[in-house]
Amino acid sequence: MDLSKEKLIKMYEDMMKIRLFENRAKKLFNEGLIRGPMHLYIGQEAIAVGACANLRETDYITSTHRGHGHCIAKGGKLDKMMAELLGKATGYSKGKGGSMHIADPDIGILGANGIVGGGLGIAPGAGLSAKMRGTDQVTICFFGDGASNEGIFHESLNLAAVWDLPVVYLCENNKFGLTSKAEEVLSVEDVADRAAGYDIPGEVVNGNDVIAVYQAVKKAVERAKNNEGPTLIEAKTYRWEGHFVGDPCVYRDRSETKKWKDRCPVNSLYGHLESAGVSENELDEIDSKIRQELDKAVEFAKNSPEPEIDSIFEDIYAD
Amino acid sequence: MRELTVREALREAIREEMVRDEKVFVMGEDITEHGGIYGVTKGLYQEFGKDRIRITPISEGAIIGSALGAAMTGMRPIAELMYIDFSTVAMDQIVNQTAKMRFMSGGKLEVPLVIRTQGGGGRGSAAQHSQSLEAWFMHVPGLKVVMPSTPYDAKGLLKTAVRDNNPVLFIEQKMAYNFSGEVPEEEYLIPFGKADIKKSGTDVTVVANSYMLPRAIKASEELKEEGIDVEIIDPLTLEPFDKETIIKSVSKTGRLVVVHEAVKRCGFGAEIASKIMESDAFYYLDAPLERVAGMEAPIPYNEKLENFGMPDVEGIKAAIKRSCYKH
Repeated sequence: MDLSKEKLIKMYEDMMKIRLFENRAKKLFNEGLIRGPMHLYIGQEAIAVGACANLRETDYITSTHRGHGHCIAKGGKLDKMMAELLGKATGYSKGKGGSMHIADPDIGILGANGIVGGGLGIAPGAGLSAKMRGTDQVTICFFGDGASNEGIFHESLNLAAVWDLPVVYLCENNKFGLTSKAEEVLSVEDVADRAAGYDIPGEVVNGNDVIAVYQAVKKAVERAKNNEGPTLIEAKTYRWEGHFVGDPCVYRDRSETKKWKDRCPVNSLYGHLESAGVSENELDEIDSKIRQELDKAVEFAKNSPEPEIDSIFEDIYAD
Repeated sequence: MRELTVREALREAIREEMVRDEKVFVMGEDITEHGGIYGVTKGLYQEFGKDRIRITPISEGAIIGSALGAAMTGMRPIAELMYIDFSTVAMDQIVNQTAKMRFMSGGKLEVPLVIRTQGGGGRGSAAQHSQSLEAWFMHVPGLKVVMPSTPYDAKGLLKTAVRDNNPVLFIEQKMAYNFSGEVPEEEYLIPFGKADIKKSGTDVTVVANSYMLPRAIKASEELKEEGIDVEIIDPLTLEPFDKETIIKSVSKTGRLVVVHEAVKRCGFGAEIASKIMESDAFYYLDAPLERVAGMEAPIPYNEKLENFGMPDVEGIKAAIKRSCYKH
């Protein structure tokens, strides 16, 4: 394995950042400080982190309604994200976007997205743009099993395949589209099989194994950079929480959830960290550093001002 | 001065902008050798090649979605939707994605995207290839909506659209491509949000655009003989909308007739009527305002029925006369 100690530590840190950010966000939601639908990424951390570990700041991602994890893995700032969740003027969207609309083009985040499959339309455009501008920027398009049943999925993969675009399609099959079970609404067992319809490689990967995701995406990113076109990767995983915070989860069995919790994605890294000589102490230090950063982020968000009323009319049109 | 058709004027605008800025490119269905279904891009493929005159699959969602993605990341695409009727297939990408991207990103993202499309009836294209859907898009904050009529306006407005850093829906009319008119050789731009008084008059204000403008002009010429002096205003852009020019005109004439091809209910005539009623021009009104618009039915195929469903010169004249109590 070609992963340095630093890279492994960074992966651990990013996964824990996501886990702890989401736990904190859930707490704030339950305290009534966050409104609207909020979709947590807990249980899927290995996918965002393993995938984005292959990207540079200049590469792009398109994200989903369950986007906190992608944004953190791509370098999103916890304080600006937290401020956005609290609807504050200092948030990424100045408090006008909320959980589903975090974007930061400066670090390649082309937006979380409130529409299932929303990013599927945008991603090939970012790929086309990179190609036309003559850069080797890669775009990872995150989407779920549910989005693979949208018409835009077909349009997007066909277009990217026809134009050999540098796009990695990363389907996170977390077994549920809102409350519907993936196996009841998908014509195939593996979304990756749909790659055959576009004559592009399709691969299934264990989405709870960060190294497996990293390696699968690495291959796809290299293909993209070599002008060999898009790849479809399906990461099999499970969301620990409901579709949104407050979902009573009547559509699934608690024992199933428990089984998946035993396959915690963070655990997939411990063996590698140990082999690389990372001590438990070091990991504890990382955890407490993240907790401090989160404390600061929450404090920043709470102390930040509400947006001015007139800001409703700002940023609708560019000058 | 030389004369061009609307088709030629649009082509010249695209060509000039592509020469000026290498980030500008065109994508859409059948736009290469064929030059687009109405021939607007004819010849550009040979000049600029297949990368910049980029043929797409019949995938309207992916056309607009990927044009948006390209616009967000440094390019300036002109995406062609062959018929405005097909915007329905790309509605998520236009309404939820394109229009809201800047707002949702806290002003960080710019979307310099032109969606060129055409609509309207007049050639037997029937219910799914003849609609006038501009009002739908006027209803969505974040989009600009442009509808030219003359070759001069078509060229100047399209060049402005390409240089605008916002998504612009640029709506042509299929029967207007062959309209011809004077277009100067030297470069010019036409600003958005500034209506054009096509003919000044004192008795009644007529607002008309696109395919309806020449019909309104013809009606005004015929009414001159009957002693009615019509002022004709083309808003040019429906969003941003220059209400001041219309308010000023109605305050002068005391009468307003709006003509559009779209179905009457909730068409842009309703919006203009409301803007007038909400303004001080209300106090100057001497007659109920009139709307001359498409019939409230899908566009029929049969020529007699299609013509009946669309405002004509006689209908416009009748409305103007009613407004002037001269019927």
